[in-house]
Amino acid sequence: MKTKVAIIGAGISGASIARVLSRYENLEVHLIEKAPDVGWGVSKANTALIHGGYDDDPKKYPMRAKLCIRGNRLWHQWVKELEIPHVWNGALIVATKEEDFDELERLLERGRENGVPEMRIVDREELFHLEPNLTKEAIGALWVPIVGQIGPIPAVIAIVENAVANGVKTHLETEVTGIKVENGEVRGVETKDGFIEADVVINAAGLYADEIARMAGIDYFEIHPRKGEYFLFDDSIPGPRRVLFPTPTPISKGIVVTTEISGHLMIGPNAQDLPPEEKENLATTREGLEQVWEGAKKLWPQLPPRSKVIRTFAGLRPEPTGGDFIIKAEEEVWGFINVAGIRSPGLTSAPAIAYEVAEIIQRDLGIELVEKRKWNPYRKEITHFFMLSPAQINEVVKRDPAYGKVICRCNRVSEGDVLEAIERMKFIGIKTPSVDSVKFRTKATTGTCQGSFCRPRIIQLLAREYGVGPWEVTLKGKGSEVGIGDVKVLLRGEEA
Amino acid sequence: MNDLPMLNYDVVVIGGGPAGMAAAVRAKKLGLKVLLLDDNDYLGGILPQCIHPGFGLHYFKEELTGPEFAARFAKRLVELGVDYRTAARVLEIKNYSDLEKVVVFSSPSGAYQVWTRTIIYAAGARERHAFEIGIVGDRGAGIYTAGEAQTLMDIYGVMPGKEIVIVGSGDVGLIMARRFALEGAKVKAVIELMPYPGGLARNIMILRDFDIPLYLSHKVVEVRGKERVERVKIVKVDENLREIPGTEFWIEADTLIISAGLVPNVKLLTAIGVEIDPATGGPVVNDLFETSVPGIFAAGNSVIINDLVDYVAEQGELAAEGARLFIDKEGIPTRRWIKLEKGENVRLLVPHYLSGERDVWIYARVSKPMENVEVRFPEIGKKLRLPVVKPAEMLRVKLRREEIAKARDGITMEVVPL
Ligand SMILES: Cc1cc2nc3c(=O)[nH]c(=O)nc-3n(C[C@H](O)[C@H](O)[C@H](O)COP(=O)(O)OP(=O)(O)OC[C@H]3O[C@@H](n4cnc5c(N)ncnc54)[C@H](O)[C@@H]3O)c2cc1C
Repeated sequence: MKTKVAIIGAGISGASIARVLSRYENLEVHLIEKAPDVGWGVSKANTALIHGGYDDDPKKYPMRAKLCIRGNRLWHQWVKELEIPHVWNGALIVATKEEDFDELERLLERGRENGVPEMRIVDREELFHLEPNLTKEAIGALWVPIVGQIGPIPAVIAIVENAVANGVKTHLETEVTGIKVENGEVRGVETKDGFIEADVVINAAGLYADEIARMAGIDYFEIHPRKGEYFLFDDSIPGPRRVLFPTPTPISKGIVVTTEISGHLMIGPNAQDLPPEEKENLATTREGLEQVWEGAKKLWPQLPPRSKVIRTFAGLRPEPTGGDFIIKAEEEVWGFINVAGIRSPGLTSAPAIAYEVAEIIQRDLGIELVEKRKWNPYRKEITHFFMLSPAQINEVVKRDPAYGKVICRCNRVSEGDVLEAIERMKFIGIKTPSVDSVKFRTKATTGTCQGSFCRPRIIQLLAREYGVGPWEVTLKGKGSEVGIGDVKVLLRGEEA
Repeated sequence: MNDLPMLNYDVVVIGGGPAGMAAAVRAKKLGLKVLLLDDNDYLGGILPQCIHPGFGLHYFKEELTGPEFAARFAKRLVELGVDYRTAARVLEIKNYSDLEKVVVFSSPSGAYQVWTRTIIYAAGARERHAFEIGIVGDRGAGIYTAGEAQTLMDIYGVMPGKEIVIVGSGDVGLIMARRFALEGAKVKAVIELMPYPGGLARNIMILRDFDIPLYLSHKVVEVRGKERVERVKIVKVDENLREIPGTEFWIEADTLIISAGLVPNVKLLTAIGVEIDPATGGPVVNDLFETSVPGIFAAGNSVIINDLVDYVAEQGELAAEGARLFIDKEGIPTRRWIKLEKGENVRLLVPHYLSGERDVWIYARVSKPMENVEVRFPEIGKKLRLPVVKPAEMLRVKLRREEIAKARDGITMEVVPL
């Protein structure tokens, strides 16, 4: 008899757990997500760093301290197995005042305690060798070569594709509304689409993990959102080679300046605490963006003109009571495992979180895990036209002429890339066609022109492949339809 | 590279809009072997989505719609037997030498390299979007650039929404205001940052015809609505374009259209080091529309944002003549280049260099509107009176060869009140 496992939330945490659990013969894993696609919660908008694991105090935040460095190490393997876009470019925590060195020494010490290799303090000369265009005020830095960057949503997508290939069942657009508990044991989850039976329920619901926990009668923690805002610049603007941090203050890691993996200069985030009820407030604000601008200028004085901004966005960190990750089997409710308060560095920690959960299942729930004889650790990245040489283009067009036709000019995405994305969307069970789903798989619409040229074509392809009217295609799920009907709908007086 | 199929041409025209089609037609008539490449599925560039009239009055002496104008040119192209490929995207231009260039493109039949003697770059422009003009807030559905909304409506048959706010009173914004109104939508406002409207006089009439409020000296600063636009926040600005605190108000709407101007598409040019004029956003060109890289010509909105398709076509033809001359003489003969400088109230102009070998049309824009002005070229003593000038209306002035000959090194263009 298989143990049924329901994971609530297909963010980086839930997806990673699903992948790790897909390895076991005696588990039947269900991944439940209220959004139309995976990775659209906290995991969607963040700084995308694989952190170095040096800044969490192991006494105050033991889980974070332990899982961050372990996660960093595991990502080296996962990005290769799953072909996730990544770069290992290292970070500099920059000192601009003599006093800053005290803090850098403290971080260095803590890093050693957490087991972070290769860190050291560099002087001004070496610093400018590592990062020539840094502010001239810089006098030294902590150099953390093990820091990297990944594409966070591409990572979730890759992990879920692999998990599904290994037998995980997804339930997208399925909002959990209750947890059924009988005699102190979980029995399953209630959703808007019916009941899903489960012996083990894993709560990886990001910002909503407190609400899910309360559904199981567990209410010792609360999660409030902390907003961070960002600017992304045109890829013609040169950015730094390393990830640049200011010396942290007691309140914040500070505003990062980096070249994200697609080659765009990115600055952010600030930190603004919101009340617990504002878990959907992803609006950018002028005040917040101004803070980011001012903060970034201190490290990177030659910020481009505002006309080179191609996007601004905001993310919400799920800040739990107490500040540490809450990862444990709850004793009052057998079979209920919290993976809650996965704030930063949750992206970094995700693979380690997943192994931690597997261990909890064995150790605390006493379920012996039996490995599959055949488990596939690999997943192939989608074809990216922009990575192909002209000779390779001639290879892929033999397979399908659509691969030779570019539809996103700025980022060079071919029609073939888009059709492949749609196929993969269907493979993991996406029911509502959305432009964002294509965007996160192909990078179409994320370049200089922000999609004003290619979005209509993507809409047309989605409409065709999903068999709906083009106006029914959504930007990012139900309620965000790109139109209200055909072009004569108002004149006929029929619109919804 | 060696493993790619190789083609050979005298001129490769990049872009199948009016500039590119005009260039290709003229080049063919001048006896050149021409290949035209465009990444759309059809010829015409943005014209097929511009279903309103107002095209071709100068060129065909007849008022046509965009698709009609495009169709006439496409027909000429086909009749003349010009080689062209649609769904073909140029990936790279290489300047092998002043006499040979390589164009690499991809298409549904694969990637090719084209060896060519000259290139006419006519890749048009892109629209500025909401992030570029500093709008904050939510990012739901219903935020479109004007061109995207136009494509959705007139190519794909999708109605984007029913309560519309338009940012920008340029021609494109105004024409979209009318387009929405004609399909039964309520255009709640056109918001213009400047104290004067940005469109041609005939297009400003649209606002009156359809009873659409125009807010001058106002800007949209924020959009709210998580899944789709619900409301937009507007604020008044002073004469220095600074926001006036306390003047904010909201308009409820489900659609926000951004029509905040165009930017020439020049990425392929900058990649090979073509000099760009920060004022136009396009390449620096001489009086044959040749860029700073010998043998690479440019035309249309990728050089300077034009208001009239007729001018765009004119530039394409001139570039084709340039290509013919370049091939005949193995380079444009250099005797002297006279620099054309911007003077008072001239925001931008092309061409930047004049040879003095031929008459030229100067295309220019003023910085601010003025009445009763004189356009002057002091070094050559040329003057021209005009009742009004507006930033929205491109000035097109002819300088004759004999006039240019009077200049020693530079010629300044200025627009001064009388
Ligand atoms: C501004 C910012 C910067 C950050 N920078 C970094 C960084 O550089 N490096 C790093 O390591 N970490 C960083 N983080 C942290 C990292 O992003 C998070 O720790 C991580 O993404 C959390 O993933 P998750 O899977 O736990 O949550 P989520 O991604 O939010 O996943 C939870 C999922 O649960 C779903 N869900 C919720 N309720 C229900 C329900 N009732 N029914 C069904 N589904 C439900 C949600 O829709 C969501 O998809 C940053 C975070 C922010 C906000």
